[in-house]
Amino acid sequence: MAERVGIVAVAQSKYHPNRADVNEAELAYEAIKQVLEETGLTLPDIDSAVTCCQDAWDGRTIASLNLQHVVGAHFGHEFTVAEDGINAAYVAMSQILAGGHEIVLVESHMKESQGDKSLIENAGFDAILMRQLGLDFTSAAALQARRYMDKYGVTPEQCAKAVVRNHSNAKNNPFAQKPMNITVKDVLKSKMLVDPIRLLDTKPISDGACVMIMATEEKAKKLARKPVWIMGVSNCYETHYLGDRELADCDALVKAAKKAYSMAGINDPLTQIDVAEISTEYSYQEPLWMEGLGFCSRGEGGKLVDSRTIEMGGQLPVNPSGGVLPGNPNTVAGMARVAEAVLQLRGEAGARQVKGAKVALAHGYTGICGQLQAVMILANT
Amino acid sequence: MAVRTAIVGVGQTHHTTKRNDVNVAEMVGEAVRAALADAQLSVKDIESFIFSNMEAFEGILLPDHGIIAEVGAVGKPGFKVTGGGTTGSEAVGEGCHMISAGLYDIVMIVSWQKHDCGDATAGISAAAVPTFAKGMVTGAVSEFAKQALGYMNESGAREEHAAMVRLKADRGACRNPYSHLKLGLTSVDEVLKSTYLVWPIRLYDFCPQSCGACVIILASEKRAKKIHKKPVWVADFEVVHQEPFRAGSFGDPTGTETYSQHVACERLYKRNGITDVRKQVDLAEIYEPSTWEEISLYEHLYFCEKNEGWKLIEKGVTEIGGDFPVNCSGGVLATNPIGATPVIRIAEAALQIRGDAGEHQATRDIKTAVATALGGPNWTALFLLKRSL
Repeated sequence: MAERVGIVAVAQSKYHPNRADVNEAELAYEAIKQVLEETGLTLPDIDSAVTCCQDAWDGRTIASLNLQHVVGAHFGHEFTVAEDGINAAYVAMSQILAGGHEIVLVESHMKESQGDKSLIENAGFDAILMRQLGLDFTSAAALQARRYMDKYGVTPEQCAKAVVRNHSNAKNNPFAQKPMNITVKDVLKSKMLVDPIRLLDTKPISDGACVMIMATEEKAKKLARKPVWIMGVSNCYETHYLGDRELADCDALVKAAKKAYSMAGINDPLTQIDVAEISTEYSYQEPLWMEGLGFCSRGEGGKLVDSRTIEMGGQLPVNPSGGVLPGNPNTVAGMARVAEAVLQLRGEAGARQVKGAKVALAHGYTGICGQLQAVMILANT
Repeated sequence: MAVRTAIVGVGQTHHTTKRNDVNVAEMVGEAVRAALADAQLSVKDIESFIFSNMEAFEGILLPDHGIIAEVGAVGKPGFKVTGGGTTGSEAVGEGCHMISAGLYDIVMIVSWQKHDCGDATAGISAAAVPTFAKGMVTGAVSEFAKQALGYMNESGAREEHAAMVRLKADRGACRNPYSHLKLGLTSVDEVLKSTYLVWPIRLYDFCPQSCGACVIILASEKRAKKIHKKPVWVADFEVVHQEPFRAGSFGDPTGTETYSQHVACERLYKRNGITDVRKQVDLAEIYEPSTWEEISLYEHLYFCEKNEGWKLIEKGVTEIGGDFPVNCSGGVLATNPIGATPVIRIAEAALQIRGDAGEHQATRDIKTAVATALGGPNWTALFLLKRSL
């Protein structure tokens, strides 16, 4: 990239199982207020807003209709992205690099408590061949988990270890929804949802919002206490039909990561990246996505979970925030990973801080078995 | 913004009421192949995709995900935009951003709506505020009835003028091989005989629900000239949203409200030194959900003075052979697959600039055109296209 785009400020609401006390705009504004206060900006200073929400989940056609007055888009410039929030950050970056906008506000919100998760997700499957099977994202994830475990011998214990580590890390994260004191045994004894996915292998219903302000290099240096720079970003689609995909090999993630790494000059992620925040709604996704990200070779994700490498204090701590498993709404999850990476690179992650982190990775995905994967590399120098 | 991005390929389906012969992906594929043929590119040349569709109308979650294989986007980057009626133009705008940013050289904009799988009025009604407005909203028709009444009251326009707009649209649609409604109307009286939907909006005053897709291929300056011998340049664009519930959303009883069109035009025209639109721009493709809105848009887009829009239609200024042709394609009144509608405006304006619009090619030479979109509570997207930069 010719120029750099800086992340000036980030904010998250505290993730919560049911925010019936606020509507979408009020929820978003909890985070928007913080970034405005931190930067001293007001809404008229925002050149463009990129909002990220989904009509089906908000129960409203043109879900972003909720937001113009809180994102500075009354008679302003707004783009609405319908994938995970990390893609909204990618769109905001392109707007700044294109030269038209200097300060962009990026917003994502989700109140999962308002919808019927299974029913909404079922509408994401091909209407003729797959919807009638009653599939939702969890039953599809079970197919992926089973295929992955079968192909590479990754065990339920290894997946459970990922859950335990994420929950343990989440105890250090003031925004985390429900960090639990659990053991591998607790995970393996929890209620079976769709074999092999148990209740503790997945995340609870969650409401929340995440907001960022991004700017040109020049503006970022003026506005931010400690600007964080986007060094590389890409996303990539898989095909839709599960039967057409090798579910154990997340090829789209491999491609997205490769592009983001090449933009950022990374050829050995394990040594060149100091901290990673990855989106895993289901436990098996942690080892699988780590393979896709090149943290280990294919089929070795389970062993990486077993090792100390990804723990706090390890070579590449993964999800110091606790990630998505303790409770993070979809659509927000990927942008929250970016926000957490920014806090790490600013040295402002409190008890979950990875000491001296200079380069961070944030990952997000959208859709069935991670059909659209996105990777962003950030740095503080 | 110094966007140096060109349209190097356009393709659309034959728009119609029902497409029982294809599913969404197959229908979209028709437009993808048409655009690739126009650009003489292979799908392998496309570096990134941007999708435009209103998911609530067909009730599909993440509708882009279901068509990835059929459009050739497996293993490629992309995302979907979801911004109401303006969705398609936001997708084109975002494609321009991606190219201007230097991230890609060739981006495909894929837009569609398959209204036979859903109900647009139900979908649009679901845009109302859930807590107190849902019971009061009946899709778009009532909004535009309010607009028509306000306009009629203020401007002195009569129903005959609205009927003239339908006649102009229908003549365009009958010349356009891809358009949906081809009514073959010949007189104002015929239009005035159509039934009222919500007074004063008649059936023929309003746009249809169409099944169709439109694809635009965008390329960087570096690549555009090599791809197409007649690239059409996106000289500039502006997107302006506004809060719901402002009096100026649709129809303004006070006649004093600022509209999002005013804001978009003031910004874009100023940046491009446009002080007299009808002299400096040759043609417009505008997003007119109703006949009355077309007349209003003439004014809001500064094609004429306030309350004089109906005089443009009366004098034939905006006809295919007029001084300032508007919607030679038949416009939204004839064809409306919502996610694709703004993209069709841009595609049609590009064809006019290329001189490739066939039977609905404007009589005068078109070097510069504006294309607009309208969505949500009167959001505006405004594109300025040129034959040469």
